Amino acid sequence: MASLIACPHCGPRPKEEFTVRGDAGITRPAPDAGEDAWYAYVYLRDNPRGRHKEHWHHTSGCRRWLVVERDTMTHAIYTVTDASAEGETA
Amino acid sequence: MRYSAFSVFLNALRGNTGWKPAWRSPLPKNHYDVIIIGGGGHGLATAYYLAKEFGVTNVAVLEKSYIGSGNVGRNTTIIRSNYLLQGNNPFYELSMKLWEGLEQDFNFNAMVSQRGVLNLYHSDAQRDAYTRRGNAMRLHGVDADLLDRNAVRQILPFLDFDNARFPIQGALMQKRGGTVRHDAVAWGYARGADSRGVDIIQNCEVTGIRRENGRVTGVETSQGFIGCGKLALAAAGNSTTVADMVDMKLPIESHVLQAFVSEGLKPFIDNVVTFGAGHFYVSQSDKGGLVFGGDIDGYNSYAQRGNLATVEHVAEAGVAMIPALSRVRVLRSWGGVMDMSMDGSPIIDRTHIDNLYLNAGWCYGGFKATPASGFCYAHLIAKNEPHETGRAFRLDRFARGRMIDEKGVGSQPNLH
Repeated sequence: MASLIACPHCGPRPKEEFTVRGDAGITRPAPDAGEDAWYAYVYLRDNPRGRHKEHWHHTSGCRRWLVVERDTMTHAIYTVTDASAEGETA
Repeated sequence: MRYSAFSVFLNALRGNTGWKPAWRSPLPKNHYDVIIIGGGGHGLATAYYLAKEFGVTNVAVLEKSYIGSGNVGRNTTIIRSNYLLQGNNPFYELSMKLWEGLEQDFNFNAMVSQRGVLNLYHSDAQRDAYTRRGNAMRLHGVDADLLDRNAVRQILPFLDFDNARFPIQGALMQKRGGTVRHDAVAWGYARGADSRGVDIIQNCEVTGIRRENGRVTGVETSQGFIGCGKLALAAAGNSTTVADMVDMKLPIESHVLQAFVSEGLKPFIDNVVTFGAGHFYVSQSDKGGLVFGGDIDGYNSYAQRGNLATVEHVAEAGVAMIPALSRVRVLRSWGGVMDMSMDGSPIIDRTHIDNLYLNAGWCYGGFKATPASGFCYAHLIAKNEPHETGRAFRLDRFARGRMIDEKGVGSQPNLH
């Protein structure tokens, strides 16, 4: 994991200030979407070796939820945006 | 050559010029009955039991690097079968029984040391939970002893019993648990498989899986195409990468787990000890180094290295349990890529493709399971039906609501 995460609100901050939640690429299905959609949402993961979008919380900073796109092989961070800018995800 | 005291003596007389490599380095054949992707502990054990127990010898193990370069060479060497749940307990006990006879079985010194595993408890609630676990173990015929504070003090007098926040009240002990020399497990299985005709092909990365009429016909590799009758995945942290080649999405995330070894110390910790108030486990190797670890770093990673924050956290937990560790210097740390399943339990099963088999999702408990995993997987591949102790590890259990949630906290990819 890279040492710094460039928070769009606070600037580059040490990653220890942030808490990871996990995959930001999955979207909560509608309540009546059916078992297959809910199974995929709860259990299945793309788990890429390479670029991966994740939710991170700036716990010790602005306390905003962020979407961090980073490389799971090199740990390099590509983009950091506020989660609200990504539209509705779960 | 069979290893024995006599062979050591005889080779000493010949100036140790008679030793042969423990396994061959063959070129891949055009076709195998079974190809196993992944030359780690589980893949090599599977090949060994396929050849030895099920008479399937036209087998290749494909390893993208050198054998044992993954998690079998990166763990904290602990073996135990102190599991609570029906699906897990008989399986891990089969593994323990196989560990107990392993060195005689594959004629290799794996330094199996049943030094006892102690899980400390720090509260009444935790004692009750460990009582329940111990009773479940004994009902399954596994040894378990609940120790009170004084009994633990006799074994491990240097623990911080009067820690203000987490005083130690006692421990659940499995005396048959212990440690095994991890590299020797890979080497022993490799040698045993090789001597029965299995081809172990190193530096051979699988880049694609060829399919015709809904069946796997072979694999594209860095050493060319190799055909196969059956294909078996045992790729641990890289399971998703391989499963992607057949459009199979897995209930797995890959995470990094770090482990550590200290400078060599005089004999100090005789057992394996785990901290009940934090995530920390430690034993002492025969060279004197303390071997210890903690929890995963917490973010998806395929890199075999972790972060300093986790190093600090593990060190803090260690010192909270054993204050004498505060001046011990850490010699090395390293990371391994864990195939974290969504309920903390593994998968040994068939897949949506007839002749493709899956062994994955070991989280960070795969080392202790190596013999039983290999045995059950070999059974599944050879007979196309699961071994009775591995029946619960189905791929479809998530869809069917039959999770094996040992920790009892619901579905998430950070369980053990």
